Amino acid sequence: MPTTKTERLDIKASDDVVRVRQLTRAYALEVGLSLVDQTKVITASSELARNTLDYGGGGEVTVELVEQGGRRGVRLTFDDKGPGIVDIEQALKDGFTSGKGMGLGLGGAKRLCNDFSIASKPGEGTKVMIARWK
Amino acid sequence: MDRIPILKFGNTLLVTIQVDMHDRLATALEEDLTAKIVAHTARGVLIDISALEIVDSFMGRMLDNIAAVSRILDADTVVVGMRPAVAITLVELGLSLTGVKTALNVERGMALIHSRLAESEADDADDED
Repeated sequence: MPTTKTERLDIKASDDVVRVRQLTRAYALEVGLSLVDQTKVITASSELARNTLDYGGGGEVTVELVEQGGRRGVRLTFDDKGPGIVDIEQALKDGFTSGKGMGLGLGGAKRLCNDFSIASKPGEGTKVMIARWK
Repeated sequence: MDRIPILKFGNTLLVTIQVDMHDRLATALEEDLTAKIVAHTARGVLIDISALEIVDSFMGRMLDNIAAVSRILDADTVVVGMRPAVAITLVELGLSLTGVKTALNVERGMALIHSRLAESEADDADDED
């Protein structure tokens, strides 16, 4: 699907999570998402940015304005070179956490978006993609 | 480091979160509030989140923690001003903030705290009789 605009941000500190939220908000506004949908995708971006930081040891996000079949959407791809996830199915379950969180981040982010995909290899890193369409 | 200001109003502490909080700021607020509840022997904590565009699981947990800690320290926490879109998103995220009392606005939040205080004072008076 064509990408009409894109930006990349490093996620290395907790301030960067705030920056990811702000960038996501700007793109969600540009796509013309409703207020509830904006809130959902910004919240999902916050969860995933924190995961990238806390569990992936930092990484980056690519935010894109995408178009498909006349629809516009915002797509985010989080990429880290951290320890990876051994059991993705388990990681998606609510309440599962390997750290200090509540275990809602990954599953919650999935529920808050239209598209969700995750790829991870133990020892190599994790890539999570979400999209929200107008 | 930045801090979120905490105001004292009678025996209630007031917090208005007006910035997009990073996690350390949220953690600092939790610690500051706990210290101030004790220092001012506060009986109520009112947290206004009407300026917050989102509440994610970390902030939600912070609100839950503040409510739980203040309860142990004999103070009631009321979170006010949550935006409708934030409430919808929180529930879908899986966070229902069951431990946190909420009110629609500051006025109702204060009324809730005062009514609970009046209740507990009435109980104390009964005990003395």
